[in-house]
Amino acid sequence: MFDYINILFVETYKILFLLIPILVAVAMIVWLDRRVWAFVQKRRGPNVVGPFGLLQSLADALKYVFKEIIIPASSNKVIFILAPIVTMTLALIAWAVIPFSENLVLSNINVGILYLFAVSSLGVYGIIMGGWASNSKYPFLGSIRSAAQMVSYEVSIGVIIINVLLCVGSLNLSDIVLAQKNIWFVIPLFPMFVIFFISALAETNRPPFDLPEAEAELVAGYQTEYSGMMYAMFWLGEYANILLMCAMGSILFLGGWLSPIETYPFNLIPSPAWLILKILFLFILFALVKAIVPRYRYDQLMRLGWKIFLPLSLTWVVLTASYLYFFNLLPVN
Amino acid sequence: MKLSRLFKTVLLIDFLTGLIIAIKQIFKSKKTINYPFEKGKISPRFRGEHALRRYPNGEERCIACKLCEAICPAQAITIESSQREDGSRKTTRYDIDMLKCIYCGLCEESCPVDAIVQGPNFEFATETREELYYNKEKLLDNGDRWESVLSANIKADNPFR
Repeated sequence: MFDYINILFVETYKILFLLIPILVAVAMIVWLDRRVWAFVQKRRGPNVVGPFGLLQSLADALKYVFKEIIIPASSNKVIFILAPIVTMTLALIAWAVIPFSENLVLSNINVGILYLFAVSSLGVYGIIMGGWASNSKYPFLGSIRSAAQMVSYEVSIGVIIINVLLCVGSLNLSDIVLAQKNIWFVIPLFPMFVIFFISALAETNRPPFDLPEAEAELVAGYQTEYSGMMYAMFWLGEYANILLMCAMGSILFLGGWLSPIETYPFNLIPSPAWLILKILFLFILFALVKAIVPRYRYDQLMRLGWKIFLPLSLTWVVLTASYLYFFNLLPVN
Repeated sequence: MKLSRLFKTVLLIDFLTGLIIAIKQIFKSKKTINYPFEKGKISPRFRGEHALRRYPNGEERCIACKLCEAICPAQAITIESSQREDGSRKTTRYDIDMLKCIYCGLCEESCPVDAIVQGPNFEFATETREELYYNKEKLLDNGDRWESVLSANIKADNPFR
C-alpha cells in the first residue's frame, strides 16, 4: 500500500515537473509567435505586460478566466464542454514520451513514435467534437474541413516516419535520437524533412493551411461558438500541438538532444537545452511561415496532400529501403 | 519555360525568397509607436474633444448666436440663452451630445468669436453613456484646461483659413 502511494507521488511529481514547464512554454510561444509575426510586419507586437511583453499570454489567460462561458442552447452540452478538454489533454499527454536527454524522459516506452503518432492523430477528435456539438453551421463546416485535412496529412507524416524508422530500426524515440549520432537525418532525408515540416503546418492548422478557422469564410471555424476559458483551452491545445510537432521534427530529423558537434564548447551546453533550441528554431520557422504565406484554397490543399506529398514520400520510402538494402546498411537487431 | 517553373516549385524558390525578405524585415526599424507611452503627431487642425474658450479676462467668449447649433449636421448641440444685467447675451445652457457628434468641425468653423473649438484631445472614452453628454460646465472646463494648446493651434492654423 505504502509502496503504491510512494510510486504515485513520485510519478505525479515527475508529471508536474514536465507539465508546468510545458504550459509556461506554450504561453511564451504564443507571445513569440505574435512577436515574430509583428516584427515581420514592422510592428512592435505585445510589449507592455512584463519585460518585452513576456507576460502578455498570462494577462490574456487571466482575461479568459473572468469571461463568461456561453454554451449555445441547441448544443450538445456534454460533448461541447468535453471538446476543448480533449484537445488540450491530447496535446499534453503526448509529451510523456518526448526524450529531453538520454535519461530525462517521463516514460521511455519502446513504441514511442507510434504513441506520439496515435495521440496526435486523436487530436482531430477534439475539433470534430467541438464543431459537431456546437450545432451551428460555421463550426460544423470548419470541423469537417479540419478532419479531412488532418487525416490527409497524417498519411504522409506516417510515411515520412517510416523513412526514419527504416534508418533506425527501432520505434523508441531515444533510439531514434541516438541513431543520429553520426549524421542527423535531416541531411540524407532532407526532402522528407521539408515535407514533414509542411505536413506539420497542415496537421496543426497553421497558416497557410488554417482553413478550419479561415476567418474570411468561417468566422472562426470550430471555435466560433466557444468563449471564455473553453476557447482558451482550444487555443492552448493548438499551441501545445504546434510545440509537439516541432519537438517531433527535431527528434526525427534534427538529432533531438544531441549537439551538432561533439567538441569542447558545445559539450558544455546541457542536452535538454539543445532540444529546446531546436524546437525554438522550428517554431520560429512556423511563425515566419505564418507571416509570409497566403492561405491555400481547399482543393489545392487536398491536391498537395494526396497527389504530391503522399506519392513523393512513398517513393522516398522505396528509395531509402532499396538504398539501405543494397548497401547492406539495414539496421538489424 | 515549363521546366523552369517545375524547378522553381520543387525547390520552393518563391517560398525561400519570401522567407529571406521576411527575415530582413525583422531587423528594420518599426513603423508603429508605443501608443500609450508615445503619441503620434497631431495637426493643429485636428478635430478632437470640444472646448468652450474664454477671453483672457475670464469672460466666456460664446455670445449665444446659435450658429453652431444651426449648422450642426448631427444636431448634437443644444443652446439656451438669456440676457444678462449688463445687457450682454450669454448662454444659460450649452450641451453637446458627444455620441451624436460626428466631429465634422462645422461648429468651430461657424463660430464668429472662436468660442467653440475642437481640441487635440482624442482620449476621452468613458465607461458610461451619460458621461458623454457634455454640458457648459464641462466644456468650459475643457477650455480652461487646454487653452494654451488651443490658442497655439488657432494661431498656427490662422494663415491657412
